[in-house]
Amino acid sequence: MSDFAQTLITAIAIGSLYALIALGYTMVYGILKFINFAHSDIVVLGAWSSYSLAVKLMPALGYSLDAVPPIWVSVVILIAAMVFCGAIGFSIERLAYRPLRRAPRLNVLITAIGVSLLLQNVGQLSFVFGASPQDMPPLLSDRTLTTITFGEGESVHQLVIGLVDVVIFATATSLMLIMQYLVFHTKLGVAMRAVSFNTETAALMGIHVDRVVSFTFVLGSTLAAAAGFLIVMKYPSISQPAHTIWVLLGLKAFVAAVIGGIGNVRGAVLGGFVIAFVEQFGAFYISSSYRDVYVFALLILILLVKPSGLLGSPLREKV
Amino acid sequence: MSHSSPETNADISNAEAMTSMPSRFGNAWTALIPIAIGIAIAMLLHFLLPSPQKNYYVKVAQITGIVIVLAVSLNIVNGMTGQFSIGHAGFMTLGGYMSATITYYGSMLLWGSTAKHGGFLGSGEWLFAASCLAGGLFAAVAGYVVGLPSLRLRGDYLAIVTLGFGEIIRVVLQQTAKVIEDPDVLANAGVAELVPPPLGGSLGFSGIPKYTSLFWVYAILTATLVVAWRLKSSSIGRAMISVREDEIAAQAMGVNIARKKVMAFVIAAFFAGIGGGLFAHSTGAVSPKDAGFQQSFDFVIMTVLGGRGSISGVTIAAILLTVLPELLRDFEQYRLIIYALLLVIMMLVRPQGLLGIHEIWDLWPRRRATVPAPTATSSVASLPTPSQELK
Repeated sequence: MSDFAQTLITAIAIGSLYALIALGYTMVYGILKFINFAHSDIVVLGAWSSYSLAVKLMPALGYSLDAVPPIWVSVVILIAAMVFCGAIGFSIERLAYRPLRRAPRLNVLITAIGVSLLLQNVGQLSFVFGASPQDMPPLLSDRTLTTITFGEGESVHQLVIGLVDVVIFATATSLMLIMQYLVFHTKLGVAMRAVSFNTETAALMGIHVDRVVSFTFVLGSTLAAAAGFLIVMKYPSISQPAHTIWVLLGLKAFVAAVIGGIGNVRGAVLGGFVIAFVEQFGAFYISSSYRDVYVFALLILILLVKPSGLLGSPLREKV
Repeated sequence: MSHSSPETNADISNAEAMTSMPSRFGNAWTALIPIAIGIAIAMLLHFLLPSPQKNYYVKVAQITGIVIVLAVSLNIVNGMTGQFSIGHAGFMTLGGYMSATITYYGSMLLWGSTAKHGGFLGSGEWLFAASCLAGGLFAAVAGYVVGLPSLRLRGDYLAIVTLGFGEIIRVVLQQTAKVIEDPDVLANAGVAELVPPPLGGSLGFSGIPKYTSLFWVYAILTATLVVAWRLKSSSIGRAMISVREDEIAAQAMGVNIARKKVMAFVIAAFFAGIGGGLFAHSTGAVSPKDAGFQQSFDFVIMTVLGGRGSISGVTIAAILLTVLPELLRDFEQYRLIIYALLLVIMMLVRPQGLLGIHEIWDLWPRRRATVPAPTATSSVASLPTPSQELK
């Protein structure tokens, strides 16, 4: 029972991370109809830039790298990483994807793979991030927020809720709420949805399509950066930029977007949690060595049964 | 060499001319002659050049040959049929494991040791050839299974499924048990020792006898190139190309697109499996890592750089991208950056690849492909000539 609840807490924390990343995939797919393979590398960039910032900023402000700094330092690092990744996302769209706006989708997809490989391998260079794993200095104390005890006699169970998990969930949820507000309650959000519905008609209605696309990339990249930051909070040992782990993380987030119904913002959030639950509970109750297999098996199943995803609406082929 | 003239791929009407060829036997001979010549050349190379284990350049030549087999076979799916598979390394690794299992445990059972057995074209080499064939068939079955979702999925969804397939293969292979090294243990092995199969786990399957030689690589390469080329100019290949150009139009013309897609997957996986067998027996080891997407991306980059559907273009790209990194060994960490930049710049500047949908011999003017020179009064002048690209 306590194992179940503990797994549940982990799944919720990880699920909110997947959801954050999946939002970036689903927004870009909704508007430009292609998988932005470089999105997972923006997450990596977010993680590594928060590491570099922390390592440079904390000594400069007079804090030791071993002690936990005040909370505003973490907030500054988070915001700086988000701004940086937003700028990178903007430039990628401007330089690599915009010239291909009218090209076949396969070409854009291949370009995305190229951009992804480029980011990975530039990140591996010794004067950028380097090709060896690093340890994130502690920004949050690893204390447990609360311990819930239940049961009686011999079956006393303890449920540990860590501060990190709560911070991850709270940050991710508030970002998703901001995003929800942006998409559904602002003029820019209306423009985004109009462009994703029909680009030409949106342009005829006076919407500046290029600006909307740029905004989408910036928004997706900032969310990815936040996800990267939260990941290094939970798992302080950061793998090298081109490590398989990152690509798999991005892939699973994409799978989350597909399962929820690609192009659907709420679907991406739902998909993120579904993926995390399947992965965590599968790892706990069946076998942890197959944790990637469950996710892909679920993807193939969903694609065969309901290709438009859980919340997606079926599309008719236009001739 | 072939009966078909190298006009544009979309020219499906010629397919009729191909199928109604009066003598099917004549067709078979035109395929066998180049294969015979290829085998003769491979044999010459084998006897004239030093062994790949001894000479670095010969080793590079051997790896290049295997890479061409893989790139050209991926081109059948990605280039000709227009599907986007990024799990080719998965098929390669499956074939590699299958053939390695057969030669390793086969020679242990037959001859009591895993060392190479017999000389050139001796019994050991025939076991190796049969194991490569088995690897190819096994991969082809997997290709059928992976091809099935392609009936419902298009473009990027399919890409994700093929990517997921490669990852599943990788994870499953990591769960296998340690390789059995003692023939006596193998002889007395029961179900307990064989489940999970002893294929080396995450460390990989090593100690495979190194049977791969220039002869086998170039003989199989010739067969692959001939099959790819004959396929491209056959009615099946033209139907595949029509699927790439426009699925709905192809269906309206009576092309069974589902069948063509699965067929492309099966053929490509078959040759990838054979290529995997060659790889396994050249380095003496296969590892689950080989099935990952990084390896698959290498082959995808080759097909994109070479030109979609262009056999000669992909061959050239495969040679370039295998030989260049060997020359750039001192700049190892910049290798993939150069790769990635090449890919992005190529897509921006020349999205159709080096040769586009053409073959290299299309670049030279030849009499058969000429069209009456348009005069100022001719109304033909505004029509596209057959040698122009449609897109």
